Amino acid sequence: MIRADAPVLLDVRDLEARIGERQILTGVSLTVRAGEVHAIMGPNGSGKSTLAKLLAGHPAYVATAGSVSFLGENLLDMAPEARAQAGLFLGFQYPVEIPGVSNAQFLRLTYNSVQASRGRDELDPLEFDDLVREKIRVVDMDPSFLERNVNEGFSGGEKKRNEILQMALLEPRVALLDETDSGLDIDALRVVANGVNSLAGPDRAIVLVTHYQRLLNYITPDYVHVMEGGQFIKTGTRELAIELESRGYDWVRAEYGRSRAAA
Amino acid sequence: MSAVIQDLVNRPYEAGFVTAIESETAPRGLSEDTIRLISAKKNEPEWLLEFRLTAYRHWLTMAEPTWPNVHYPKIDFQDIIYYAAPKAKKLKSIDEVDPELMRTFEKLGVPMNERAALAGVAVDVIFDSVSVATTYKQKLAEVGIIFCSISEAVRDHPALVRKYLGSVVPTGDNFYAALNSAVFTDGSFCFIPKGVKCPMDLSTYFRINTQDSGQFERTLIVAEEGASVSYLEGCTAPKFDTNQLHAAVVELVALDGADIKYSTVQNWYAGDEEGIGGIFNFVTKRGLCKGANSKISWTQVETGSAITWKYPSCVLLGESSIGEFYSVALTNHRQQADTGTKMIHVGRNTRSRIISKGISAGRSNNSYRGLVKIGPKADNARNFSQCDSMLIGPSCGANTFPYLQVQNPSAKVEHEASTSKIGEDQLFYFASRGVGAEAAVSMIINGFCKDVFQQLPMEFAVEATKLLGLKLEGSVG
Repeated sequence: MIRADAPVLLDVRDLEARIGERQILTGVSLTVRAGEVHAIMGPNGSGKSTLAKLLAGHPAYVATAGSVSFLGENLLDMAPEARAQAGLFLGFQYPVEIPGVSNAQFLRLTYNSVQASRGRDELDPLEFDDLVREKIRVVDMDPSFLERNVNEGFSGGEKKRNEILQMALLEPRVALLDETDSGLDIDALRVVANGVNSLAGPDRAIVLVTHYQRLLNYITPDYVHVMEGGQFIKTGTRELAIELESRGYDWVRAEYGRSRAAA
Repeated sequence: MSAVIQDLVNRPYEAGFVTAIESETAPRGLSEDTIRLISAKKNEPEWLLEFRLTAYRHWLTMAEPTWPNVHYPKIDFQDIIYYAAPKAKKLKSIDEVDPELMRTFEKLGVPMNERAALAGVAVDVIFDSVSVATTYKQKLAEVGIIFCSISEAVRDHPALVRKYLGSVVPTGDNFYAALNSAVFTDGSFCFIPKGVKCPMDLSTYFRINTQDSGQFERTLIVAEEGASVSYLEGCTAPKFDTNQLHAAVVELVALDGADIKYSTVQNWYAGDEEGIGGIFNFVTKRGLCKGANSKISWTQVETGSAITWKYPSCVLLGESSIGEFYSVALTNHRQQADTGTKMIHVGRNTRSRIISKGISAGRSNNSYRGLVKIGPKADNARNFSQCDSMLIGPSCGANTFPYLQVQNPSAKVEHEASTSKIGEDQLFYFASRGVGAEAAVSMIINGFCKDVFQQLPMEFAVEATKLLGLKLEGSVG
């Protein structure tokens, strides 16, 4: 939902970044207002996941130029956990396993960490159990899922549902979902999309990083950005995603090349 | 983020203070005279002096073991003080304990005052070479349980001590056990008579206070037919820049249907970041499942000591007896640990289970060494072993040395091992959910150690969890 007067939640300006010696982002600008859904598409290695991880504060990625403002704060100065506490969420492409730690324990720790940082009451295990049982319906999972170790032995679909469950619990202002649709069958895709849609609202924004258009059949983006060589080379609407699906990326590259040559 | 993890592991040692108390010490060095002096100080009967001298003569013929995966300068056994005792009169009750000592143990959180004691745990407190107090003695005596220092036991129950002392760990068993048998000064004795379930956890708290003194305690626990007991052991020492030797022997005997659960939280001073100072923890612990259907379970959380060399073991003699070993060993900085267990299956249908979790941080080295031996008569013996290692940071080491000796074709022996690392990705996952490195490491480690912590008595489990957190503060990376 685009509203020109909606507040800007996330503002990325001319961002450049590297991992090790390799330059990955070469100048990304992105303005995300409350209520909007953005999709970032592009071929493998174009820098989509790097952008998501950098914004969430992954220590391996280093910003070398540009700025990022999140809710008016300088995001790049914040520790990763402070970014999450402030309301930024990253849904992982490959969620990490934590042996010996039950999902319920982990979810409660994350929930309480964020609650505490926002000056709200933390929940004891019983209170939290009530909350999480309600939230788990969003992702259509059995409560026994809470007693299993975090992501250990989870199927691809279960891992992604678990990411959405975490998002539903933490109620972020901006959710970055990194390839949340990869490796999902059609049912899981529908569940994940429902979860995302149920979180969407006028106060929040969602940025989907995706390879394929099919997720966008369930979640309608307001903007579609095409990334190539570490920057956005085209921005459009949902129709752009459909066009990419049928024609591939080459024509966008060609068009971008011509516009550069003309400039 | 690496730096954060480093900081997390490097918390200061909180038990490292020295108590200013006058003590009586024997001259440095070891000879038959030293042994006679110790024995005389303790008014021991002739048979015990003989026990000591036999051990000493055997020890003289032995060499220090060189097979453990630990490295340290040669120990000068003539430069150690073998007897150090706080100067005090004979105590009639716990209220007469030197207030300075009481304060020491209060600071360490050891309940010595019965009225104030938490959760009704009976405690025997050993300070350097002597036992200074045992709580709840009367109450235990009402059900026939003997719980006292080994010195008192020698005096008041000589027949029992004589019958069982050295019956599980013979005087010449190994270099350090022989040394202990020659010079042991105090320790706890515990006897649970036939059919009695011990109504409370029994606990011994060991404290080394004197610089250059060794602590050589001797613990003997006997559970008669159908008896059961849960026993806890805790240890601390002040920070000195020299090494102190701790060479204890613990013997457990379980008769038919008896059940002994022995839990240790070991937090001896570990030396500083460069490995200066710290305790050499060279300990022999062994349990004998003598009777049918008896069970001995060792649980240890080893976080301290410069060097740990320790293999709490079970000899499964009785038919259908059970041995268990649950261990968490954490090393940081320059600490070295070579620890594990031996499960010796002698009787039929005997079962054993080994769960070992090693955590290495800093530049430490952590080895699991375990022997599972199935004797020719141990029909249908079963063993399951699981040895997991976790590495924190790039400069530490972990090793697993499992030895299997199977002499009976009906045996079933399983061994599983894994190595993992607290990685940047795990920490980033927590961080991206709003959880800082400290809480993340604590949760990861507790998850890793869960199978062992579940075996600890409640109070101890809480302490162990806290201790691991303290030890790891500052080290993740």
